[in-house]
Amino acid sequence: MTGRHYDRAPGDASALPDVEQGTSSGVLVYTIGLALAVVLTAMSFWVASTTLLWAGGVSLGLTVLAIAQMGIHLVFFLHVTTGPDNTNNVMALAFGVLIVVLVVVGSLLIMADLNDNMMPAAELMNLQMQH
Amino acid sequence: MNVAVAVDDNNVRYEARPSASEAGAATKRIVVGYGFWIFLLSDIIMFAVFFAAYAVLSHATAGGPSGMQLFSQRSVAIETGCLLASSYSCGLMSLAIGSRRRGATYLAALITFLLGASFLVLELREFAGMIAIGAGPQRSAFLSGFFTLVGCHGLHVTAGLVWLAVMMAQVAVKGLRPTIKRRLLCFSLFWHALDIVWVWLFAVVYLMGVLS
Repeated sequence: MTGRHYDRAPGDASALPDVEQGTSSGVLVYTIGLALAVVLTAMSFWVASTTLLWAGGVSLGLTVLAIAQMGIHLVFFLHVTTGPDNTNNVMALAFGVLIVVLVVVGSLLIMADLNDNMMPAAELMNLQMQH
Repeated sequence: MNVAVAVDDNNVRYEARPSASEAGAATKRIVVGYGFWIFLLSDIIMFAVFFAAYAVLSHATAGGPSGMQLFSQRSVAIETGCLLASSYSCGLMSLAIGSRRRGATYLAALITFLLGASFLVLELREFAGMIAIGAGPQRSAFLSGFFTLVGCHGLHVTAGLVWLAVMMAQVAVKGLRPTIKRRLLCFSLFWHALDIVWVWLFAVVYLMGVLS
C-alpha cells in the first residue's frame, strides 16, 4: 500500500506494474470487453442491413454504437478509469477527443454550408447548360 | 511541510500517499507510456482529418462506382472479427508479460500476428479487386478519400506487424527486462488504438457507405 507514485502508465491495469495482479481477473476483464465489443459490432452490422428501422435514423444509430464500442475498448482493453492515478491520461484523451470533434464536425458543417450556398449557382449553371 | 491531516479512516490511506509533486519524478514506465499516449492521440487526430476529408467527399463519385456497389459486407465483417480477436490476444499477451510467462507471451504474440496478417491480406485483396475493375484512387474524389483513409490504417497495421516481430526477437534475445516491457506496453497501446480507429472505419466507411 506504499505506492510511492501517484500516476499510472496508460494501458496498465494497476499502478504497481511489478505486483502480481491475479492473471485470471485480468483475463476476465479482457473477455468481458471482447464479448461486449462483439455484441456491439454485431448490432452495428444488423442495424446497417435491416429494413426494420427508419432509414433516416440508421446513421445516427451507427454513430452511437461506434461511440459505445470505443468506450468499451478504452475501459476494458486500455484500462482507462476515472481514478486519480489516471487523471493525466484522461485529460490528454479528453483534449484529443476535443480536437477530433472540432476537426470532423467543423469540416462537415462548413462544407455542408458551402454546398448549400453554392447550390443556386450550380442549378443556374445546369439550366444554362440545358438551353 | 503542510501535509493535510487526515480526519477519518477512509482518508488516512489516501492522504498518507504523497501527491504527484511530492513523490518526485515518475517512473520511466509512466513517462514512456504517457509520451506514447500523446503520440497516439496525435495519430488519431491525423486519422480524424482523413475521416473529415472522406466524409466531405463521400458523395463526389464523379460518375464512377459508389460505396454501395464496391463494398462487400461479408469481407468487412471478417476483417473486423480478425482485428477484434487480435486486440483480445494482444491483451492476453500483456497479461503473460506481466506474470513473466515467456511461452504464453510467444503464443499470444503469434496469434496476434496471424490475425493481423489475415486482416491485411483481406484488405489488400479488396483493394486489388477494386483497382482491377477500374475503381482505383485516381477514379474519383470519393475513392481518393477512401484509399487514403483505409490505406493509412492498413499501413499502420503493417507497421504494427513489423514492430511485433521485432519485439518478439528482442524478447528471445534480451529477455523480459524493463526496457523490453516498456516497448511491449507501447506496442499494446498502439494495437488497441488501431482497433478503435477500425471501429470508426467500418461504421463510417463501410456501413454508412452502403446506406445512401
